[in-house]
Amino acid sequence: MNAAVLWARRATLFICFVFLYAPIVILAVMSFNASRLVSVWGGFSMKWYAALLENEQLLHSAKISLAAALTSATISTLLGLLAAISLTRFGRFRTRLLFFGAVHAPLVLPEVVLGLALLTCFVAFGVGRGFITLVIGHVTLTMCFTTVAILAALRDSDPALEEAAMDLGATPLGAFVRVALPQIAPAIVTAYLLAFTLSLDDLVIASFATGPGATTLPMRIYSQVRLGVSPQINAISTLLLALVGVALGLAALVSHWRARPDGQVVTSLARAPNSVS
Amino acid sequence: MSVRRRLSLSERLVIAAPYLWIGAFFLAPMLLIAKISVSQSVLARPPYRPIFEPSDSLAAIWAKAQTFSFDAYRALISDTLYLESYLSSLTIAAVSTLITLIIAYPFALAMARAPERLRPILIGLAAAPFWTSFLIRVYAWIALLKDEGLINNALMALGLISAPLQMFATPGAVVVGIVYSYLPFMLLPLYAALERQDPSLREAAADLGASPAQVFLRVTLPLSREGVIAGALLVFIPAVGEFVIPDLLGGSETLMIGRTLWNDFFSNHDWPAASAAAIALVALLLIPLLLWEWARVADEEDAR
Repeated sequence: MNAAVLWARRATLFICFVFLYAPIVILAVMSFNASRLVSVWGGFSMKWYAALLENEQLLHSAKISLAAALTSATISTLLGLLAAISLTRFGRFRTRLLFFGAVHAPLVLPEVVLGLALLTCFVAFGVGRGFITLVIGHVTLTMCFTTVAILAALRDSDPALEEAAMDLGATPLGAFVRVALPQIAPAIVTAYLLAFTLSLDDLVIASFATGPGATTLPMRIYSQVRLGVSPQINAISTLLLALVGVALGLAALVSHWRARPDGQVVTSLARAPNSVS
Repeated sequence: MSVRRRLSLSERLVIAAPYLWIGAFFLAPMLLIAKISVSQSVLARPPYRPIFEPSDSLAAIWAKAQTFSFDAYRALISDTLYLESYLSSLTIAAVSTLITLIIAYPFALAMARAPERLRPILIGLAAAPFWTSFLIRVYAWIALLKDEGLINNALMALGLISAPLQMFATPGAVVVGIVYSYLPFMLLPLYAALERQDPSLREAAADLGASPAQVFLRVTLPLSREGVIAGALLVFIPAVGEFVIPDLLGGSETLMIGRTLWNDFFSNHDWPAASAAAIALVALLLIPLLLWEWARVADEEDAR
């Protein structure tokens, strides 16, 4: 291979990764800056992290966000699974096109429009806004993503395997649970994580759907950020980035470990000890 | 095409929950804002005049339908704020999409041609920022772009400029924010399209005397068309309705429709106007999607 091409590729990768990661790294470094100013390095300090622990408002919002993300991701993954089953296993039923369109539409709908529509609806029907409406908003926002993630896996899984199980006497439900579900389990986990992170991060839908007493962490961060760069926000941002970094690192390690050839040998040996000899 | 069939009872039980959810929390709210967009604005809470009452007879509904007010839509066209917001949103989104494509294409190509062993790591690293908070990634740019921010400081320290460049609170800052935030959305479909290309096609073109530039322009690029279109739509469509990026990086001068909508709704309490603008925005975004779907269906029929 041409050495110049090789170096051009390496340089491209280097520049692009710097572009992707430099802003995040700089933000993390700034969270340890003793000085309030962006441009002055006042020495290493953990004081902004210490200040976070005393910020009751912020901690309360973090709890609300976490609870909303856990609840909405659970509901959203369940609904996404049911929607994906309907779209892959029920053939061309009546109103399939409407169902398909309505399930996918929030993917391309601007969040501002969905938020506005939800708030209008809550007001029109006299629903008081708070934690429950927040969860409703987030499930509606994330359900299209969970459906798409699970749909792709269900399309790839072979229906003949389920049919074989039913021929051998399994009920349709039993065949699905024991044959299809293990195949799509990784997609379900991905869908849950996707819904969880989307909910944890969402500002727009939350601003429309939530009420007093249920202010989410992104809403708090946003109202601070509008006033300018704040060291405490740098600190909480770094914590959130580190959390995601650790989670992604663990996920990568687990998938790497599972994909190892000797790992596969071990599991297949454990499953079928007689077939080897 | 097979005949549409009815669902069995157990199938209905499965589909009921997702169907009811999107009916109640997506379709109904969208219909409601479509209705409000033709209501008259009043100073009350809710700030619009209700159009239909549950007790209305069919004749009453018809009579009321004739009082529909299209004032809000007329205002959309005559109000320069809205027109400018739409135009500026489309321009900013189009420019951002183009720049994202220009950055993402060589990036995706370099990853797709990297040694096979390294590819999962590279694509993992490129996709990882997508899992981190969008708000935080946009916020990180404030410290870089401000007048007393890091980029200006670095440029002044190097002696390249004598006074800070005004980068923050400009449409350019919004473009930077969109390119940065949406880069993974462009990268992943491009990478997928480039990675599955058969290398023997390029070798064949080279054997037949094509220069590397010709191989790229006549083999690699045309074969990645689907990835380019998918990536462009995934960036362009959300960018048009973007709220957070223009609000944090754009300053008060940069108009974008997502922000104008937000302000009309929360600050001016003009719900019919905001609803009409939202419906018009959805209609606007449906056009590229329908064109794409139409091209895809045409392609499939060609293949048959």
